[in-house]
Amino acid sequence: MNTSDTIESHKLDNGLTVLIQHMPAVQSAAYCLLIPAGSIYDRPGKNGTASVTCDMLTRGAGDRDSRQLAIAQDSLGLQSGESVQAKHIKFSGATLKDNLPASLEILADIARRPHFSESQFAPAVSSVKHSLLSIEDEPRQKVMIELKRRCEGLPWGKPTDGSLEDLPNISLDDVKQHFESCFRPEETIFGIAGNVDSAKTIETITKLFGDWKPGTEPEVEISPAGPDRDHIKLESTQTQIGLAYPSISINDPDYYTAWAAVSILSGGSSSRLFTEVREKRGLCYAVYATLGSLRDSGHVLCYAGTTVDRAQETLDVILQVINDLSQNITDEELNRCKAGAKSALIMQQESSSGRASRIARDWFLRDRVVTLDEIHDRLEAITPQKISDYLNSHPAEHLTLLTIGPTPLEIK
Amino acid sequence: MEFHSQVLPNGLTVIAETNPHVHSVGIGFFVKTGSRDETPEVAGVSHFLEHMAFKGFGNMTADDVNQQFDDVGASYNASTSEEVTQFYAAILPEYLPKTFELLSGIIYPSLKEEDFKTEKQVILEEIGMYDDLPGFTVYEQAMAAHFRGHPLGQSILGTPESITALTAAQMRDYHADQYRAGNIILAVAGNTSWEEILELVDQYCAKWPAGGGKRSVFPAKTAPTRHFQLLSNIQQEHVMIMIPAPEAHSPDRYAADILAMIIGDDSNSRMFWDIIDPGHADSADFGYAEYDGSGAFLSYLAGSPEETAANLERIETILKQIAADGITDEELEQAKNKVSSRVVLSSERPMGRLASLGGNWLYREEYRAVKTDLETIQSITKDDLDALVKKWPLDLTTVYGLGPLEGV
Repeated sequence: MNTSDTIESHKLDNGLTVLIQHMPAVQSAAYCLLIPAGSIYDRPGKNGTASVTCDMLTRGAGDRDSRQLAIAQDSLGLQSGESVQAKHIKFSGATLKDNLPASLEILADIARRPHFSESQFAPAVSSVKHSLLSIEDEPRQKVMIELKRRCEGLPWGKPTDGSLEDLPNISLDDVKQHFESCFRPEETIFGIAGNVDSAKTIETITKLFGDWKPGTEPEVEISPAGPDRDHIKLESTQTQIGLAYPSISINDPDYYTAWAAVSILSGGSSSRLFTEVREKRGLCYAVYATLGSLRDSGHVLCYAGTTVDRAQETLDVILQVINDLSQNITDEELNRCKAGAKSALIMQQESSSGRASRIARDWFLRDRVVTLDEIHDRLEAITPQKISDYLNSHPAEHLTLLTIGPTPLEIK
Repeated sequence: MEFHSQVLPNGLTVIAETNPHVHSVGIGFFVKTGSRDETPEVAGVSHFLEHMAFKGFGNMTADDVNQQFDDVGASYNASTSEEVTQFYAAILPEYLPKTFELLSGIIYPSLKEEDFKTEKQVILEEIGMYDDLPGFTVYEQAMAAHFRGHPLGQSILGTPESITALTAAQMRDYHADQYRAGNIILAVAGNTSWEEILELVDQYCAKWPAGGGKRSVFPAKTAPTRHFQLLSNIQQEHVMIMIPAPEAHSPDRYAADILAMIIGDDSNSRMFWDIIDPGHADSADFGYAEYDGSGAFLSYLAGSPEETAANLERIETILKQIAADGITDEELEQAKNKVSSRVVLSSERPMGRLASLGGNWLYREEYRAVKTDLETIQSITKDDLDALVKKWPLDLTTVYGLGPLEGV
């Protein structure tokens, strides 16, 4: 496999990790900065602190107010964004390669020297409130957010966007405190990919982030998962079905086998779920399952949206397909998973922003970057028998079911 | 990068931009047919037909089609709009022949009665899904109101009634009329050769039926409309505003793009600073859409119902100020930078190039290299934008609301 993926990793003295992938065929350069200040660090009763903090970061930083920041970014042709994830606040950006150093200077202001001015607090809260209200109007999005909360418990199931009931409890001081305690160089990961000079880029990052003082990891709120059966009533045309069951972590030796199993379940249009639920029975438009594996745990998360009177049948068929998954796995099915993975991996090499965020995320989940060659070799080693054995020893148990719609469903 | 084009004797247009420096190939068949080309009896047939394409052709069943696309690891899909139905895939270069065979095969599908019945259920589910998404519903309803009496106002999905009543025979007739080689463009971008493309075209497309489409193109006449549809089980008020704008062949379309960006891009635009940054709404954007013979500025506003009236006033004020005072030099420079950077970044991937390649040819039979696009963007002046606003006054024409409000 010709992948040309040499990735350099470099640790600054204060603990910040820099990962650089040189991509000579592109004209662009992209960054992905992960700072460990995500929603898992929202304090009890204050879910949404990370969201408000994230919104405040671009409302004035360094020597610029919010408008000057936006103008500076636009004049560099920088396409950038900030978002809250469970563990991190993620900063991503892409621009033409020559504009990377100047873009990183602006980023350093936003990540390290935000103003958090009193006058910008109410607009930031209002902005977060609006995005929470918009989730209420998107039941297919809401069902998966609420499913995660129920199957993973806290901290990992805490909604990344926040919650409407906690939002009024969050003050500007909470935001400042979140920033003070969470924004620190250890556990911060900087992924850079594109047509860049590694030595110069490390020099720039050292200049901008080298004097950042280390801190200690704040505590996270822990609470058990559940309830495992729940229904949210809504007068809607469709019933939203969210179904989850435990799987393994990304660092488990069987991870790639678990991945292949979910891929046979729901990888492409020829996958079992799509074939049985949509193609053969026409039960719904959208149905899928994904493997959500973290450092130490994992879940298979499954979604379907279907009109109310066909919802129970849809759930029944999905469960049947999941329970039968270990049976009759063919070489052809497995080869299709491998072909899809191989294409996706190679095509990722065409996108600097795709690679920047992939290498940063890899480092977070595995403490290293997995090369494409390694993934290729691991996939080649999987056989139908191995998948079958894996599924027999890891059956779909301890199901969490959440539905949104006029009437609840039951697991028969 | 090299550009090539050829028209086959049956009328199929083939265009390609080859590039040995990328890892993949993007390939797409663009059929010039969509909801605007439908009669009321077959409303939604273009989109339903797009689904049926994947249900098998020749000796191939639906399972065969799905499995063989997955065998080559293709990232593939299809979409239907008011004017275009497209079928496309991104693959590694060695799988181009197999993918070509599949994509060219599915657009002449078997259309079996049994598959038609099953897929009808999926279409009805898709309509049900969008029914629960007010942001989508308001778009369809605003389009219908704005283009009332014009084919562009016709729904892409159709209605549960029109889909239920549709027969496979009606779909076959529609297919025979619209899927003629002269109504189709094949576009290819990425790591392949012109010779390889021509061989594949010769093998799979030479026998396609000749002839073109029969779309009637005439400009839409629009009259001011204001309507608020009550939907009390949702939280936000969703509003769509539509304003007439240059059509797809107009040289003014670049200026229209730049103007829309200055007014309502998702960051650093007038609407961003006046509405989003102060936290008055969840979404407030302004964009430009080009169609055959017509065009529109579309603005979407979503937020709490209490603030809707004030936000509509803010939008009106912005548009009036631009009509009266124009834009600033800084705004123009920033917008040009933004558009240029987006053009360059999206062109790094063959799929990004494919969309631009196909779109330009479909509407204008024109090839535009990335460099040409960048030069055009840089050449736009404040005078161009002033002239545009004089020709296309920014008056709120259609205002359509969906949500808890009964009126504003």
